[in-house]
Amino acid sequence: MNIHEYQAKELFKKYNVPTVRGHIVFTPDEAVKAAQELGGSIWVVKAQIHAGGRGLGGGVKLARSTAEVRQLASEILGMTLVTHQTGPEGKLVQKVYIEEGADIKKEYYLGLLLDRALEMPIMMASTEGGMAIEDVAHNTPEKIIKVAIDPLTGFQSFHGRKLAFGLGLPTEEINTFIKFASALYKVYMDHDAEMIEINPLVKTGDGKFLALDAKMGFDNNALYRQDQVREMRDLSEEEPTEIEADKYGLSYIKLDGNVGCMVNGAGLAMGTMDTINYEGGKPANFLDVGGSASAETVAKGFDIILKDPNVKAIFVNIFGGIVRCDRVANGIIEATKITNVNVPVIVRLDGTNAIEAAEILNNAGIANIVAATDLADGARKAVAAAKGE
Amino acid sequence: MSILVNKDTKVIVQGFTGKEGTFHAEQCAAYGTKIVGGVTPGKGGQTHLGQPVFNTVHEAVAATGATVSMIFVPPAFVSDAVMEAADAGINLAVIITEGAPVKDMMFAKAYAVKKDMMTIGPNCPGIITADECKIGIMPGFIFKKGNVGLISKSGTLTYESANQVVKEGFGITTAVGIGGDPIIGLSYKDLLPMFEADPETHAIVMIGEIGGDLEIQAAAYIKEHITKPVVAFIAGQTAPAGKRMGHAGAIISGSAGTAQEKMAALEAAGVTVVVSPADIGKAIAKVMAAL
Repeated sequence: MNIHEYQAKELFKKYNVPTVRGHIVFTPDEAVKAAQELGGSIWVVKAQIHAGGRGLGGGVKLARSTAEVRQLASEILGMTLVTHQTGPEGKLVQKVYIEEGADIKKEYYLGLLLDRALEMPIMMASTEGGMAIEDVAHNTPEKIIKVAIDPLTGFQSFHGRKLAFGLGLPTEEINTFIKFASALYKVYMDHDAEMIEINPLVKTGDGKFLALDAKMGFDNNALYRQDQVREMRDLSEEEPTEIEADKYGLSYIKLDGNVGCMVNGAGLAMGTMDTINYEGGKPANFLDVGGSASAETVAKGFDIILKDPNVKAIFVNIFGGIVRCDRVANGIIEATKITNVNVPVIVRLDGTNAIEAAEILNNAGIANIVAATDLADGARKAVAAAKGE
Repeated sequence: MSILVNKDTKVIVQGFTGKEGTFHAEQCAAYGTKIVGGVTPGKGGQTHLGQPVFNTVHEAVAATGATVSMIFVPPAFVSDAVMEAADAGINLAVIITEGAPVKDMMFAKAYAVKKDMMTIGPNCPGIITADECKIGIMPGFIFKKGNVGLISKSGTLTYESANQVVKEGFGITTAVGIGGDPIIGLSYKDLLPMFEADPETHAIVMIGEIGGDLEIQAAAYIKEHITKPVVAFIAGQTAPAGKRMGHAGAIISGSAGTAQEKMAALEAAGVTVVVSPADIGKAIAKVMAAL
């Protein structure tokens, strides 16, 4: 789960991670009020969407008067912001964050995430603040300083010193930086974060460090114990069909092809997409129906897949282990009674009771259900059906 | 021969009397696994599925001599259960539970390593030595005995590959579902040398996924140390960057961890990489014929 910049900054403030004062607003009027309340003579108007690269996409603008704040807020609110992380369709901006201006002397990058190979959090810093960190990692990897933090020691000053000296900070700034980084580590651990990114982290004219931006993602498995984080979930930032699927225990991700897929297990679901691609088709979605594959979940799966008008055929690929194929076959037949399936459905059931399942499907005599013998056969038939062959 | 577990392995179940624990412990016992007892705090002294229930793993180990624990406790209690097993001197914990917080696993794994306890999973189907010992939730009948070792991040792809191998007339020595979470126990580079050393294993199937770099490490290891033929498939070639595909581990960040990158590394290490998972069985038939 991800949260907005303004929400991440709320968490930062609670942990004394220095950031810039600001207010979240939904209208140009509120934007002006927020600017007046903040005071000063310079403000930043920032689009709040769940994606990076907002500045480059035109979603972050500087205002030098309250009139300009109003002007920029009305431009940004309601715009569809396209960044390198939103995809070409972009994201609708529904709220903006009005922030006081900061006296920026130098920009840095600071990030914290899990290093899977080391199996511990890793803090990364770079002097190349404000740039896309992916590009820095690719073009000048030597400009990224990394330090792994063993959870058994937690964040110690030496971790901070390694980063600070690596960044070339003068001695009098080292302790300020360590305090910042140490507080950030606590935010990360206490909230079961998956990732924190501050880009840019800025040094001000008076030698302070401020989180000018903030991006946070969380471990979904830990949300049950993170009430505060859970309340920050913004459903309007997520795909409606993906939310609906989630309600029924289905894991769904929309893609841009025309062969719908319904599969049990995430690995086999990806493998099925790959097979469709290999056979010359394009998958319309990822859909993991999980372990049960009952009539209700299969019916819901059909509903969700068919919300996408591009879908011209559906490939149901179930490898029955604990779940018996004859039950799944009955589930599919029931599902076609519950919901209207108007495209060819290619069904491959293998594993426990696969032979009985094939008989059930054949005897049901449903015109648009086609049985497949194995994975390759099913993928081929589905691709052909989607092409109208 | 086989790796890690066989017909003599004594297994206890943590979360023994729960719904999942009960169902799968019964299935495992029916397959032939020596389930010698289980642990459910507060139910010590009872008998379940004909086996003793203990309050603590220490008691269970002392009374039964179990060396392996199969863990079915709910996600919030996984790290506690793993650490208890490690503390009690268990050699191998097979963690089936799905949904354990990453932070918990980080601590649990670090403690397990410190106590010299191997772990498999979490969020995995478990481990099976064909016709001898099944510790997990996989459908046992698919795994006919033979000479192919199997290591997989994905549950259903494990079944799919084992099924294809059997349909081609071969069979399985041991199959290990290592799970696809960000932090897992035994990985390719731990299991590959075990299969290399096992005289009954003649070839190895390796199923990977997008995300992380375990497959890249495996490729480097194979190049240096593995003489047996390896067939690999990497799931997620068509997955869009940055999207989650069910497994928390299957995330692509930047350029690292793409299917293409992993396939190239494995190919360079001399592995037979199949583009379609439907070709795993055929690829095994080919490398076995060439032996």
